[in-house]
Amino acid sequence: MRKAVQSHATEFALIAVIAVISLFLSFATDRFFTLGNAFDLLNTSSVNIIFAVGLLVVLIAGGIDISFAVAASVVQYVAALMLGWIGGGGWISGLLIAGALGVLLGAINAFLILKFRIISIVATIATFNIYFGLLMFFTRGVSIYNLPDWLTSRVILFEHEMADGSWIEITLPVLVMLICVVATWVFITRTTTGRQLYAFGDNPEGARRFGINIGAMQFIAFGWLGLMAGIGGLIQAHYAQEVVPNALYGRELDVLAAVVLGGARLGGGKGSVLGCVLGVLLISITQNGLNLAGVSPYAFKMIVGAIILAAITLSNTSIEKLLPFMRHEEGRK
Amino acid sequence: MTGRESAKSGQKPLLSLRNINMTFGGVRALKDVSFDVLPGEVHCLAGENGSGKSTLIKIITGVYRPQDGAVIEFDSQTYSHMSPVTAQNSGIQVIWQDLALFPEMTVAENIAFQTLLGRWPRFVNYNAMREKAVKALARLGVTLDVDRPLKDYAIAQRQIVAIARALVGEAKLVFMDEPTASLTQSETDHLLDIVRTLSASGVAVVFVSHRLAEVLEISSRLTVLRDGALVGAYSTDGMTQSRITELMTGKTFDQTVRASDVGASPVVLEVEELSLPGQFEDISLTVRRGETLGITGLLGAGRTELALSLFGMLKPRSGSIKLEGKPVHFSSNRDAIAAGIAYLSEDRLSLGLIQPQSIADNLVIASLDKITVSGLLSDTRKRDLVAQWIADLGVKIGLQTDAISTLSGGNQQRIAIAKWLATDPRLLILDAPTVDVGARAGIFDIVAKLAETGLAIILISDEVPEVYFNADRVLHMAKGRIVNQFLPADCSLAEIEAAVYA
Repeated sequence: MRKAVQSHATEFALIAVIAVISLFLSFATDRFFTLGNAFDLLNTSSVNIIFAVGLLVVLIAGGIDISFAVAASVVQYVAALMLGWIGGGGWISGLLIAGALGVLLGAINAFLILKFRIISIVATIATFNIYFGLLMFFTRGVSIYNLPDWLTSRVILFEHEMADGSWIEITLPVLVMLICVVATWVFITRTTTGRQLYAFGDNPEGARRFGINIGAMQFIAFGWLGLMAGIGGLIQAHYAQEVVPNALYGRELDVLAAVVLGGARLGGGKGSVLGCVLGVLLISITQNGLNLAGVSPYAFKMIVGAIILAAITLSNTSIEKLLPFMRHEEGRK
Repeated sequence: MTGRESAKSGQKPLLSLRNINMTFGGVRALKDVSFDVLPGEVHCLAGENGSGKSTLIKIITGVYRPQDGAVIEFDSQTYSHMSPVTAQNSGIQVIWQDLALFPEMTVAENIAFQTLLGRWPRFVNYNAMREKAVKALARLGVTLDVDRPLKDYAIAQRQIVAIARALVGEAKLVFMDEPTASLTQSETDHLLDIVRTLSASGVAVVFVSHRLAEVLEISSRLTVLRDGALVGAYSTDGMTQSRITELMTGKTFDQTVRASDVGASPVVLEVEELSLPGQFEDISLTVRRGETLGITGLLGAGRTELALSLFGMLKPRSGSIKLEGKPVHFSSNRDAIAAGIAYLSEDRLSLGLIQPQSIADNLVIASLDKITVSGLLSDTRKRDLVAQWIADLGVKIGLQTDAISTLSGGNQQRIAIAKWLATDPRLLILDAPTVDVGARAGIFDIVAKLAETGLAIILISDEVPEVYFNADRVLHMAKGRIVNQFLPADCSLAEIEAAVYA
């Protein structure tokens, strides 16, 4: 147990913070601590979690990506058009098209970074502007409401009416999110390629000396994020039942904050899927709770910012220092 | 190839290189170098910084590709060049100076890293990795928790992890690049034992080190490079440190004790009972005008921490520091600089220089107030100040605006010293100042001249000969205390070495 706490300090710190906030909110509002609300949270956080596990892979490989959220908007728009051309399509063709477009946009980032040796933050700020600029130019900001029926109708995989009359639901976005989370977890912890990504992010020169293909690492990392951005984009269109060109604009910083909150290091080599999911949940729980408590939405950003600072400070000061029995062990060593 | 094979001396080389040439952007890094390693031997590759040692290792391990015409024979196979993968698969392993380890990954993953390589994704077998790691560590007689991240372990243990990693790769030949540079004496001894174990089990080890005493102790043969060319291969029987230095630099150094008696000159620095628990205890010392005080001792003896306290970067718990009779309390190194103390840091690779910036900018960084005119920096004053110091210290440069990284190690060192001299210090602290053997003599000539002008100097080094030949007085620190004082004029080098390395 102690070992688990030590090696997953960030995750435990996040769970602790989430527990404290949940406890507080359950007293402050009567609606927060219900199963119905918990499943609501899961449904609304799905898209951000999909984005977050994608971004996690890029951060682990030592890069950063600002462009993925607008890339997802581009994917939504182009996929909607392409689905129209092929006469509607379905979930399978939709996910294939969205995933492929996402991978393509991610690969453009990797190509720029590799070919022109531009650092990833600069390259993706550039593509962020290019992608968004192209999208706004060609769409003139016009939204698409005329989406295929399969995409706009809610898919409820499980529902159950609680004794108090509220409903718990698991919807398709949650299932897709779970698949993305598990796939990313298997990829980065259980495959050789995933471990090579960690090694590359941890010590690029060391990885190079072992003959790890640096170019392939960049394409895999940005390709994976592109795939997740594409899937996340389609799911967001499904959730919102419309494609609005600037709907995801600005989402990149929320997701980035959540991933870093989850223990991923800007600079590479560090980060876990669990931490990343907890990071997103912490932020959604906070927003949801503030909402239920009737706090002005104008105060949200400020409070979320404060919580990010508090949680990061807590996970950096290492949990051993906060728990007396851990300190004891340190002393004996 | 047949010629040597038929010689059948029983000592057919394990590795044999011929016609190795390498050019980087017009500079010839290696000229027609040959190099042989016998099976199971401990071989030393010696040369100054920039002599081509690292380039040669990178060619053998496939990081660089030599120019056409190169012949690499390893274990009866002939190659025109290596790739990292063929080198590793055929049993060549390197332990880089920076170890090329992955701190965030576990010990097991670091040791069995090779099982993670390969182009196509496979599932990771963590149990097999753990097993391999434990087995490799057992061969070295070491136990570590293989599930912990490597960052939890100190540098000496990381070194062992790097060696264990080489063993997992079924190494026949292991290169060690400056393996002892950051180890304490007992850690070094342990490492040398491990090297002997490896060699006894039939693994050849090529050892690169600038610590010549170690080289002579551990290796049976020696290959010397100078300016990218082969000087020769020698047996270490009957070889001496000064002979190796000569071979490496092509110059003879007459090392004489420079110590002189400064007896009555006024005291610049007086330290009384200075303590910082855990780092150093009860340090009292004085340095006079024109005196060079040497401080030596093993790594971890508290030398650098003492220096940092004198320079205001660590706060001592108790005791007093007086400069020219006046007590001083530094709350930061800015105060120390203002009071006339200069500190040349220990960091060998960066020397406290900002590599991409120009020579001139590096030189004036600590004395910007001297080149301002009504609050603004003056380019003219900067140029004059830089020109003056470059002439005084005899630094060879192209343009003042060239990046500092264009200079050789020795010249960078001079700029680093000039940077501090430009602050007009009363006391100069040099912490492990020598970069390489050739630059050494030049630097100490400067130090001696500075002392003649009345500057008080503290010279810190873990290499006893450095302080013996260049200081007027030598203090020996061990476990945070001053345990001995020696006067080089009255005692022999061997006496001090015996005391320090005991």
